[in-house]
Amino acid sequence: MNARPPIAMLAELTHRCPLSCPYCSNPIELARIDSELDTETWKRVFREAAEIGVLQLHLSGGEPASRRDLTELIAAAREAGLYTNLITSGIGLTERRLHELDEAGLDHIQLSLQGTDAAMADDIGGYRGGFDRKMQVAGWIKEIGFPLTLNAVMHRRNLHQLPRSIELAVEMGARRIEVATVQFHGWALKNRDTLMPTMEQARETDAIVTEARKRLKGMLVIDYVPADYHSDYPKRCMGGWATTGLNVTPDGEVLPCHAAQTIPHLQFDNVRESHLRDIWYDGSAFNAYRGTDWMQEPCQSCDRKLKDFGGCRCQAMAIVGDAAATDPVCIKSPHHGALQLQADAHAHSDRKNLVHRTAPGKPIPEPAE
Amino acid sequence: MIDREDIPFLPRGVRLHFDKVRDQWVLLAPERAVTLDQVGQAILSELDGIRSFGTITEDLASRYNAPAEEIAKDTGGFLGALLDRRFLELRR
Repeated sequence: MNARPPIAMLAELTHRCPLSCPYCSNPIELARIDSELDTETWKRVFREAAEIGVLQLHLSGGEPASRRDLTELIAAAREAGLYTNLITSGIGLTERRLHELDEAGLDHIQLSLQGTDAAMADDIGGYRGGFDRKMQVAGWIKEIGFPLTLNAVMHRRNLHQLPRSIELAVEMGARRIEVATVQFHGWALKNRDTLMPTMEQARETDAIVTEARKRLKGMLVIDYVPADYHSDYPKRCMGGWATTGLNVTPDGEVLPCHAAQTIPHLQFDNVRESHLRDIWYDGSAFNAYRGTDWMQEPCQSCDRKLKDFGGCRCQAMAIVGDAAATDPVCIKSPHHGALQLQADAHAHSDRKNLVHRTAPGKPIPEPAE
Repeated sequence: MIDREDIPFLPRGVRLHFDKVRDQWVLLAPERAVTLDQVGQAILSELDGIRSFGTITEDLASRYNAPAEEIAKDTGGFLGALLDRRFLELRR
């Protein structure tokens, strides 16, 4: 298999987080603090990443600011030649710490947004005072002059706040906003009844984004992740399995995407035992769905197969029960009709209570019946 | 549209980087890595935060012995696209 070098690496430094968002992309089984990679191992992994061609390093979590060695890690990543992007809720960042990150060479900050007011944001994040703190952090980010992307995670509860989210991004001096409709993996799967947007909301969101892109051209770049259960074609997940990026979990497992552990037959290598180069090129999980040989019909004979690579493997696993199946979002999938009905049922559910994610090592809640 | 007097520069968080693994120049920006061809790299390495767009394009025209008008048009198109993506800023 001829694979090209990876461009991006997502380093999930920890699963610890002060927030407990009900759509958290972390796995249901969270890594505990005593299993986290230590500072020196992460530094080595950053050097290995740069050696094999990674250009962009996304430092995420959990909340990466929960790592006390964050500044040292960012300095090491810059030293290795990587472009460093901190993906944070802002909680845990003080003004002083932001100045230290500035000195360490941090290139860019991506700040998450759970809602445009404290009532919404603190309810979703499960952390009282979180919104006010975030606004304070956003002010420091602007003062220091870090380039900023606002990452607005949207769902049925807060989609009416999208126009205000876009305004907030402009006020914060962000160059970019990601309008990211919740992707239903991990914890979000437990909350489809409360978070699934309606078809009408999805189409209205398309219109708001189109209008704002035109109006704010040259001022604010808008990246948009539409509600994919309500789409006709699947997303080009990860730009194609094992073509562009890799993900390292807090305990050192290397994944082709953040949800890959939901595919039960895959085996993952660990940075404690292997060089990233060997994992990227020869790891069995990376080669499982690389290219197009693994595809079934209707993907195999489809003229879109190099466009979307059959969509998301984890979604095919979660909904169809076969990770090599066509993503059921696709209109060519025999499961597309059922998915649309299911999406519609979730979107019109009366359920109100959210299942918030827990802390590493704590019991996993189930939605109340 | 970039005027002759505008001084184009790469803002904080956007930088030129030589990618040793792929043996090519790239422009690194928030969540993007843009592969640069020789022309793109030549244009961006002219940006010093001091010289104006007009001066830069005249310099490029004389160095590559090409018509100044054509260079200004091509450079303007390239930089204009970066401007729209917030990878470039202008000052007077």
